[in-house]
Amino acid sequence: MSISHSAPVIEVRNVRKTYGEKVAVDDVTFSMPPDAILGLLGPNGAGKTSLIRMITTITAPDSGEIYFSGQPLSGYHPTQIGYLPEERGLYKSMYVGEQLLYLGQLKGMNVRVAEQSAREWLAKFELEGQWKKKVEELSKGMQQQVQFIATVLHDPKLLILDEPFSGLDPVNANRMRAEILRLHANGTAVIFSTHRMEQVEELCEFIVLINHGRNILQGKVQDIRRQFLEHRYRLTYQGTLPAAVAEHHQLLNPTVSTVDIQLSPGESGNDLLRSLLRLGVEIQGFHELLPSLNEIFIKRVSRVEQPQPLSHE
Amino acid sequence: MNNLWLVIRREYLTRVRRRSFILATLLTPIGLALFAVVANAVFSYENDDVKRIAVIDDGNLFDGALPDENGLYFRFVDQPLEELRGEGGDDRDFAGILVVPEVTNARSRNFRVQLFTDETLSIDAQSRIRRRVEDALREYKIEALDIDQTTLASLDTDVDVSVRSLTATAEGEDEDRSMAAVIGAAIGTVMGFLMYISVFVYGMMVMRSVMEEKTNRIVEVVISSVRPFTLLLGKIIGVGALGLTQVVAWMIMIPGLLFLVSLFFGLDAQPSQMPNSPEMDPAEMQSVIERMTGGLADLNWWLILPCFILYFLGGYFMYSALFAAVGSAMGDDMGESQTLTIPITIPVILAFYIMMSAIQNPNSSLAVWSSIFPLFAPIVMPARLAFDPPLWQVGLSLVVVFAFAALMVWMASRIYRVGILNYGKKSTLKDMGKWITAKY
Repeated sequence: MSISHSAPVIEVRNVRKTYGEKVAVDDVTFSMPPDAILGLLGPNGAGKTSLIRMITTITAPDSGEIYFSGQPLSGYHPTQIGYLPEERGLYKSMYVGEQLLYLGQLKGMNVRVAEQSAREWLAKFELEGQWKKKVEELSKGMQQQVQFIATVLHDPKLLILDEPFSGLDPVNANRMRAEILRLHANGTAVIFSTHRMEQVEELCEFIVLINHGRNILQGKVQDIRRQFLEHRYRLTYQGTLPAAVAEHHQLLNPTVSTVDIQLSPGESGNDLLRSLLRLGVEIQGFHELLPSLNEIFIKRVSRVEQPQPLSHE
Repeated sequence: MNNLWLVIRREYLTRVRRRSFILATLLTPIGLALFAVVANAVFSYENDDVKRIAVIDDGNLFDGALPDENGLYFRFVDQPLEELRGEGGDDRDFAGILVVPEVTNARSRNFRVQLFTDETLSIDAQSRIRRRVEDALREYKIEALDIDQTTLASLDTDVDVSVRSLTATAEGEDEDRSMAAVIGAAIGTVMGFLMYISVFVYGMMVMRSVMEEKTNRIVEVVISSVRPFTLLLGKIIGVGALGLTQVVAWMIMIPGLLFLVSLFFGLDAQPSQMPNSPEMDPAEMQSVIERMTGGLADLNWWLILPCFILYFLGGYFMYSALFAAVGSAMGDDMGESQTLTIPITIPVILAFYIMMSAIQNPNSSLAVWSSIFPLFAPIVMPARLAFDPPLWQVGLSLVVVFAFAALMVWMASRIYRVGILNYGKKSTLKDMGKWITAKY
């Protein structure tokens, strides 16, 4: 099995999936560089889970292809993928250790390797003592940690996390975030799927934005942000703003001590700063306003169709 | 394949160690043994309600001999009835007075005795008294009418319908087959009943297992590693192995415990303590037992046992697959399973009733057609096996059963792979029909 390292870990080409009349995924194409963190974003019902289920081979596309490290997706690849579904759970009456061994073996692990890995992971989450406990005896937070361990136990090349932070308390969420980043640093590619875009903004290098089954935007987060830059700067000042500022510049959203300034065509940030100094503004802060993914999404969606409010759980 | 084995092992191991399973496996035989002890105690309960009966035997019908029996004590008295009746209330040492008049006409077919008592005599006691008088009268009449005992005995003829094979010509097969019907019915009932119970109990267990994974939300994690078909098959086989374990444990424990109980409590092999049961003479008994064992040996066990196992497998796979399909379509509320399981339970119950009728008439067209109809066959055909059904029927029915079971497993896996990911609301039969053909 030749795995070239330059090949995208996941490549989705023109994938389409319908359930009866409903088109869940419509001609989605994207590729994901190896060991990247990719955000699969979109409102509830956009088709994220449908797409993920095809990548994890739970379902098959109606048309289009999916490649894993350059190879057409096959029955072998699930052993390379760790999947934490949005709807997740554990066998309540099984022991923690036994359950991890079972799920690890299903992923093709040898019992001994699975046990070693499971014990290491439990130790990482300070759950060493829970090996012989039944899942139903654990607290909810502990169960979520065990679920996460079951997902990463077999050292997957690709980790797919569907709404990973939903239902997690802040302590657990931070711990999980740290572990995900560590896995990523060790070369694991990660796909985050969520409708809570602010949760993954700082985590993802790449995003694929999905709405109504279509990917409407994709690429590096930085590039996309730049693409949607509105060339506005936020000025924080002391005292009163000289009246001359309003004559020279277009001011937006004024508050007591801040104001947003829209650059005029051809003008740069430095030009603006120089102009402000010349006008005698007592500057406390000055920075460019970056659009959030949420804003970009709303903007992008409203350009094509009716604005789609992001639903929250 | 490796994953199939893992699923089977998990299904089996997590269930076999469950407290409810262990209790059911242990307590059922113990319960049965207890029941046997209690039933035996009830049957052999000696009547401790002692009644003394004073007998005025004017015609000396009993010749002074009327043995006591089970709570009834007889005492012959010479005093006239009036004197006895006059005896003071509480110090009376008898509960009743039996007045047997002299027999005037030996040819009369009616005879009246009188029993004076203030207590209510049990029906049993009354009938025992009646039988005593009847027996004594019979003896008396034989003598009075000068009838030869042996002549009289020869009037009673035991007619024995000896059923023999019409077609068989070989010496060995030309044996008495009169017991075949009785033994066939017994074996058939046991087998049909066993099928009925296991289809229900273990089919439901498969259904609960499916529902459990769905409501636990573990299923999506699992099917990201295992194909739904493998998971379903592993479940059916794992629970089937569990059922087999339980049945085998019972087959060992129930006879074993009953044997132990009979050692300690001295259970009678024949609990025929019923007073009305005619005494069976030992020679006749011997011949019945011989014919019974002969009949048992005569049965074609080489056909019956393998076929029973095949039907068991076919029936179990067929119905548990259907139960699994229903379980996968269930919502989060386990309580609403009723409407979806009814279409499965109806054929099982129908098959059970047809089975009962097939034991009476194993070759009626109802029995024949039902043992070829796939939903009924696994329960009806095993009941007919002991009646030597035509081989072509067995063959055809087995082929139909296995083809149908395979079809059901396939169909169930189609429903299952969609159903398990359909969280929340319970689905309808119509939805399930759509899922069979849906691509997924």
